[in-house]
Amino acid sequence: MPSSNQLTATDARSSQAPGIIKWVRANLFSNWFNSILTITLIPAVAYILFIVFRWVFISADWSAVTSQPLLFGVGQFPRDQIWRVGISLLSIMFLIGVSWGKWGGLLRSIGIFATLLFFGFAILPFQHEDLSIPIFTIASTVMTIRFFLGLISLFIIIGNFIGRLEAVSKRLIIIGWFVTPIITVILLSGFDNSELLPSITTTLWGGLLVTFLLAFGGIILSFPIGVALALGRRSKLPVVSAFSTIFIEMVRGVPLVTILFMFSFIINLVLPPSAIPERIVRALMAMTLFSAAYTAENIRGGLQAVPPGQMEAAKAVGMSGFQTMFFIVLPQALRAILPAIVGQFISLFKDTTLVVIVGINDFLGIGRSIINSTPEFLQLQLEVYVFIAIIYMIFSFLMSLASRKLEDALGVGER
Amino acid sequence: MTKTNDEPIIICRDVHKWFDDFQALKGIDMEVNIREVIVIFGPSGSGKSTFIRTLNRLEEHQQGQIIVDGIELSHDVRNIEKVRQETGMVFQQFNLFPHLKVIQNITLAPIWVKKLPKEKAEVKAMELLERVGIPEQAEKYPGQLSGGQQQRVAIARALAMEPKIMLFDEPTSALDPEMIKEVLDVMVGLAESGMTMIVVTHEMGFARAVANRMFFFDEGLVVESGTPADIFERPKEDRTKLFLSQILQH
Ligand SMILES: Nc1ncnc2c1ncn2[C@@H]1O[C@H](COP(=O)(O)OP(=O)(O)OP(=O)(O)O)[C@@H](O)[C@H]1O
Ligand SMILES: [Mg+2]
Repeated sequence: MPSSNQLTATDARSSQAPGIIKWVRANLFSNWFNSILTITLIPAVAYILFIVFRWVFISADWSAVTSQPLLFGVGQFPRDQIWRVGISLLSIMFLIGVSWGKWGGLLRSIGIFATLLFFGFAILPFQHEDLSIPIFTIASTVMTIRFFLGLISLFIIIGNFIGRLEAVSKRLIIIGWFVTPIITVILLSGFDNSELLPSITTTLWGGLLVTFLLAFGGIILSFPIGVALALGRRSKLPVVSAFSTIFIEMVRGVPLVTILFMFSFIINLVLPPSAIPERIVRALMAMTLFSAAYTAENIRGGLQAVPPGQMEAAKAVGMSGFQTMFFIVLPQALRAILPAIVGQFISLFKDTTLVVIVGINDFLGIGRSIINSTPEFLQLQLEVYVFIAIIYMIFSFLMSLASRKLEDALGVGER
Repeated sequence: MTKTNDEPIIICRDVHKWFDDFQALKGIDMEVNIREVIVIFGPSGSGKSTFIRTLNRLEEHQQGQIIVDGIELSHDVRNIEKVRQETGMVFQQFNLFPHLKVIQNITLAPIWVKKLPKEKAEVKAMELLERVGIPEQAEKYPGQLSGGQQQRVAIARALAMEPKIMLFDEPTSALDPEMIKEVLDVMVGLAESGMTMIVVTHEMGFARAVANRMFFFDEGLVVESGTPADIFERPKEDRTKLFLSQILQH
């Protein structure tokens, strides 16, 4: 048997080799011009790669990044309460795992990616702080961030297996997705005068925690508002359509920075001090309204793209205006504009960096404050910014990948 | 609301319709009895679509009276909803819901408008697909079907609401010639089962076979009406003769 195995192996290799040569010929040396390009570019690319690799692995000093992993993660969130962030992260990731097990498809890709991501972070060479978790005094223990990141990976995979169980219904998981963000916010902010969950002022929150809170909070909240505004703009009631139109045009006429400033300062003038929401909440409101105006315009475009025959067919079978909108028009409109909406959400994700100017330490803000914290880190700006850029890239890429998978699943442009 | 069997199921009296200052219907009178099959024909722009669409209030008439199954069409929204449940409509361009599977296209309205349980609606939908001859396409999306199959799904979708009246607006004119017959066969079957039908079409073979009466429309008016025998053998009006000679040539 081994001899026959060998035979097939060599067969495979010999049939593969011409394939590679063919590919090289077709793609790199198809004519004399491409050949010259290839011959000059290969050394250039190799040289650039060499420089990059040498910098990343030899000359760069990553200590500014690796010495403060928690600062990048959660900012000044009190270290003795950090288990609350941990539980939140763990439950969201677990939920992703369960959804992966139940639905597969796009969620499978996200689940696998998240597992690998956390596992990758777990084995990165950073210095670990110890975290105490006094949830139950008996279980009180000390764990490293490294161990915790690994645990998240494990939880995603466990979730995946649980999601495959027949007993876990889709409805349960969807309820979980509605409830978990609310619980997370409660868990993180806590209650006044509580022993177990003392309230933690949001001025201490920072890092990726704040970036994700603003980005995903803004995305989730702005979407329904955007739909409402888009429908409002098309409304037959003059008051509703005028309000929607004025709101949309006003917000779109102003840069996000300005809106952030307005929410930071004008609210102080308008509301009594006791009613002023915390800084992060004001920023979230600003980002939500900003994003909602753009979402509304995108959706309006999608609504216009739905042929009138669709509305007529729905009416003809007796569906009400609301049913027609909800079952027929909106799904088709949203499917048509999915790429545009995701593109807009990706830019909202990156635009969260603007909150630095109203004094919030998001992920980028933490990077800057680390650089400014000691003179030696001042030398390491490049490393810090490269690290930050890579993290933003990973998540933006993940979002656009998700969008493309979703488009495939929904058959955008086919049906 | 209650009506006796010999009363017409559709009564139109002097129906007028304007699009801004263009008058599309200039006083249409028509009475349709239960189980009757009516064929409407006439040149392009004569108001056939506009008229049939006023019957389920996809277009609003501005003058005259339309009474469908004892319900007068007016601005009263409840009446409009009722009439739309009594009438099914089949469009020239099919207008299937492209984001829903064939079976969902058919069950959507029964589930949400008639509040039928999903299982029942699906059983019913499969029966209807059987009736129009394409039960095997239930799980496909409309975009994956041929034109003739799509139009048959559209007929099944309309029938799923168990309408008393079926309205057809040129159901075969967007179809390739080889698919016209499969759709007409379904319509003939429907007519033979006793459905009240109003059909805008230029398929004169269909009209001859199943129509009880025919209406010739021109410039927003009924120029001539009568049984197929009247219309084909002894048309009175010159415009009818001219139009028939044009469409019967090929
Ligand atoms: N929404 C509208 N706005 C303005 N004019 C319209 C509208 N719909 C129809 N019309 C006009 O009303 C007239 C009648 O149109 P209708 O569609 O009823 O004709 P038709 O007999 O169905 O013709 P065809 O055989 O081409 O379908 C046409 O002159 C058309 O241009
Ligand atoms: Mg027409």
